[in-house]
Amino acid sequence: MSINEEVELLKTVPIFSKIEPAKLKLLAFTSDRMTFDAGQELCHQGDMGDAMYVILGGSADILIDSPTGPIKVAELQRNGFVGEMAILCDMPRTATVKAHERVTALKIPKEMFFRLVAEFPQMAVEIMRELAHRVEDMNGKLAAARAA
Amino acid sequence: MDKNLFKYIWRHSRHEQLIILLLVVVAQVFYFVSLNIPKVIVNDGIEGKAFKTAAEVSFLRMTLPVPSFLSDTGSITLFDGLSLSQWPYLVAMSCLFLVMVTVNGMFKKSINTQKGRMGERMLRRLRYELYDRILLFPNAHFRKVKAAELSGMIKDEVEPLGGFIGDAYVQPAFLGGQAITALLFIVLQSMWLGMIVIAVLAVQAFVIPRLRRRVIALGRERQLTARQLAGRIAETVDGVHEIHSNATSNYERADIANRLGTIFGIRFELFQRKFTAKFLNNLLAQMTPFLIYLIGGYLVLFSDMQVGSVVGVLLAYKDLPGPVKELIDWDQQRQDVQQKYEQVAEQFEPDGMLARELQVAPEGPVSPLSGDIVLTGVTVSDDGGSKPIDGVSLVTPISRRLALVGPQGGGKEALTQVIARLVWPSTGTVRIGDADLSTLPEAVTGARISYVGQDVYLFPVSVRDNILYGLKRRPVKPAAYDEAKRRARERFSVEARRSGNPDLDPADDWIDYEAAGATGPGDIDRRIVEALRVVELEEDIYQFGLRGTVDAVAHPRVAESILMARDELHARLADPALAALVEPFDRARYNRNMSVAENLLFGTPIDRTFDPDNIAANPHMREALSRVGLETDLLQMGVAIAETMVELFADLPAGHPFFEQFSFIAAEDLPEFRTLLSRLAGRSLADLDPASRARLAALPFRYIEARHRLGLIDAAMEERLLAARRAFAENLPPEAATAIEFYDRNRYNTAATLQDNILFGRIVYGQAQGSERVGALISEVLAGLDLRGAVVEIGLDHNVGVAGKRLSAVQRQKVGLARGLVKRPDLLVLNEPTAVLDSAAQQRLLDKILEVCKGRGVVWALSRASLADRFDQVIVLQGGKVMASGAPGDMTGDKNFADLLAAG
Repeated sequence: MSINEEVELLKTVPIFSKIEPAKLKLLAFTSDRMTFDAGQELCHQGDMGDAMYVILGGSADILIDSPTGPIKVAELQRNGFVGEMAILCDMPRTATVKAHERVTALKIPKEMFFRLVAEFPQMAVEIMRELAHRVEDMNGKLAAARAA
Repeated sequence: MDKNLFKYIWRHSRHEQLIILLLVVVAQVFYFVSLNIPKVIVNDGIEGKAFKTAAEVSFLRMTLPVPSFLSDTGSITLFDGLSLSQWPYLVAMSCLFLVMVTVNGMFKKSINTQKGRMGERMLRRLRYELYDRILLFPNAHFRKVKAAELSGMIKDEVEPLGGFIGDAYVQPAFLGGQAITALLFIVLQSMWLGMIVIAVLAVQAFVIPRLRRRVIALGRERQLTARQLAGRIAETVDGVHEIHSNATSNYERADIANRLGTIFGIRFELFQRKFTAKFLNNLLAQMTPFLIYLIGGYLVLFSDMQVGSVVGVLLAYKDLPGPVKELIDWDQQRQDVQQKYEQVAEQFEPDGMLARELQVAPEGPVSPLSGDIVLTGVTVSDDGGSKPIDGVSLVTPISRRLALVGPQGGGKEALTQVIARLVWPSTGTVRIGDADLSTLPEAVTGARISYVGQDVYLFPVSVRDNILYGLKRRPVKPAAYDEAKRRARERFSVEARRSGNPDLDPADDWIDYEAAGATGPGDIDRRIVEALRVVELEEDIYQFGLRGTVDAVAHPRVAESILMARDELHARLADPALAALVEPFDRARYNRNMSVAENLLFGTPIDRTFDPDNIAANPHMREALSRVGLETDLLQMGVAIAETMVELFADLPAGHPFFEQFSFIAAEDLPEFRTLLSRLAGRSLADLDPASRARLAALPFRYIEARHRLGLIDAAMEERLLAARRAFAENLPPEAATAIEFYDRNRYNTAATLQDNILFGRIVYGQAQGSERVGALISEVLAGLDLRGAVVEIGLDHNVGVAGKRLSAVQRQKVGLARGLVKRPDLLVLNEPTAVLDSAAQQRLLDKILEVCKGRGVVWALSRASLADRFDQVIVLQGGKVMASGAPGDMTGDKNFADLLAAG
């Protein structure tokens, strides 16, 4: 896939939707497009992270270690993103992300991520929105778990 | 070393000095004879005085004066000579003059050559002795000296001594003899002229040295300041991180500039004084001929002096100021050099030098150490008066595993160094078995004790040689020489002995295979690898091996097996799950994971001819591209790349890491390309000037389709680039052919790394963990073919760089440990050698090392007391004293040990 096709693809990803095409091109150019076979890990819980991933195709499981083994807490589909927490907060990965089927993902290095967020507040808002959704989802699950 | 330079010279070179002195004396006889000839030529040959009484005069008549009771005439005629008339006589005398000049010259040449050789031998001896003394310095002394100053003294400061040593005795004898001969000749010709000459010489000899006294003092200052400068420069290099991190570069500049200023002042004054002395000297030297002309002429005119005598005096005088001046020079040089020598010798005589007997090369293997290590009242005090070890007494069997614990600086570190004899006790004794440790030769301690400290030093040789360094105590097998080389080596040895150098041959095999448990060069690598496994370095060395290159001619078997590995890897890559990982090299296909340059070359550049910076401008490459009509396409591709780069990177600040990582164009060149593109707007590429065209045309060479994804190379373009690849490989000029090694599926590529040879392709971009998975696959293949060992052996050739800087700190420590282990010591002394490792690795290494040293002694200064439970005995040291000692199990009640355990 050439860079121009990739830019077209990135335009359809919600968090990039407000970013001007020239910047998307730089993003595409400086970010690796990675292919993960089913079962391969995008990142591993506890490792240090230096990049986030935007899923361009396929699906991946988000797994968290527990005393009884890994628990699947969510599934990631096309347009979803993952790994932003580790680079935002400089902390180890909080979960393992494993390709459920063949995944293509855009690997955005930390440096590029901060640049984009700084230049396009809209992108930060999109990420905040997603994070809020996740917290809400978490709260719901927590309440359900308490009730049970 | 003798305090007095002359004594030193005489002691080591009196035979040669005497031979040269004898030559000098003989030379004087010929010299005197040659002085007389011009006089005879003028008086008899030209003016014909002798021919006024006889038609013929005898030539070469030789008489020997004897007492009158032997002969009435007072002499015996040895040779009657040839009777010649005036003209033949003149010719014969002139020829004789030429012969005598030649003979004198030959004497001079022979004397100078022998002198030079003697000086060089003495210089060699002196340098060797100084170096030898460094090896005998007490370890504490190395805290006070600067390496650069020591090397500077041996290299530069003693060099003038070499020149002087040849002259030390000969020069005064030769010059003095010459001067006295000439003076004698002059006095014999005319008393008056003789007196004048002597008077002028006396003034010269009195005044000039006084003028030069200050010059010598300045010379000494110059030497000292220059030595300090060398030391300061070395400090800058060693402390460069401190300078950068503290922003003190200008402070350093100030210091150096100040020193250079001082040196300039000294040197300039030196020049001024030197030239003043020279001027006076010349003036005095010219004074004498003036007087000889005047007074000699007067004597010829109004007295009975002959013209020939005046000419003879003049000629003799011509030779006189030279020797006299040189004699004065010699005397000054003597003072200067003597002082220099004393100063250097003083620097090489620190207190507490090791006894030479300790370093005598052993004749054969040394017997193992056994018995107990006994320390009696051992105290170590350093210069500051503090006592790292204070009255330690202990007895422990040598084969015991002993842990030393305690706070940092509490004495455990120093105690390991005392036991390894790197630090000598100020008071008290250390005994091992029956022997006093201080009298054990280094050959014994070096063979039977290993010490590894916190900061291992590596020599800038291969990993293998660094590990084997611990085994090179004596030559075990002489080097194999052919007849001619053997004779040359013998001559070399004779010369070495003449200068007091040892005739040990570094080309011999010095490796004590037996000590390592090997039988010879064939299986020593196996021992090394065992040690590497213990210290967990084998994987790193294997990686070095993969990244290393092998000369296929020198190692045909390795090359062959690597080709087998290549076949095997490619067979496995046929598996569809793996096929996506690697794009193999295929002469008939364009490789999208290689740059355009690499695709065109289709080989590994051997030198810089075809590296990415030069390939675009290479004439043969340009010719090949134009032959397939690609030049314009590449130019257009360059324009497309430039446009994209200008668009993408336009508003990035210069120096942004993206430029280095991703851009084809350096940040500072971006504006230039922008103007270039704006000039091009709407115009044809053909209108562009050649320099700009060349800049644009160079861009696509670095373009990798799979990585940069600008969509510039479609299937049609691939075909045309392949045509260019073929055109390039055809009729390659010879100089280009040697600069590249083409990819060939069935041939080992000597210029490429082992890994690239096995891979024979490129790892595909964008495959998750692509290189890790390929690396694992290569490992599997190599293991399957039983080739891992061969790769490790190649990794052992990896050069560690200056002070091991090409290795990480952890790797350096591990090489040091392997060096300590490979010689299988009776006693392994470790001073926190694993401190740079993470705690899990420390623990693993500790267990492995203790396991491999089972039955032998280990003394280990531990940074963490919790590891002590693996040892037979624990000693707690604090404030230089033993606070507690016992088996780990019995120590639980001890408060000091409990505190240490609690601290981690």
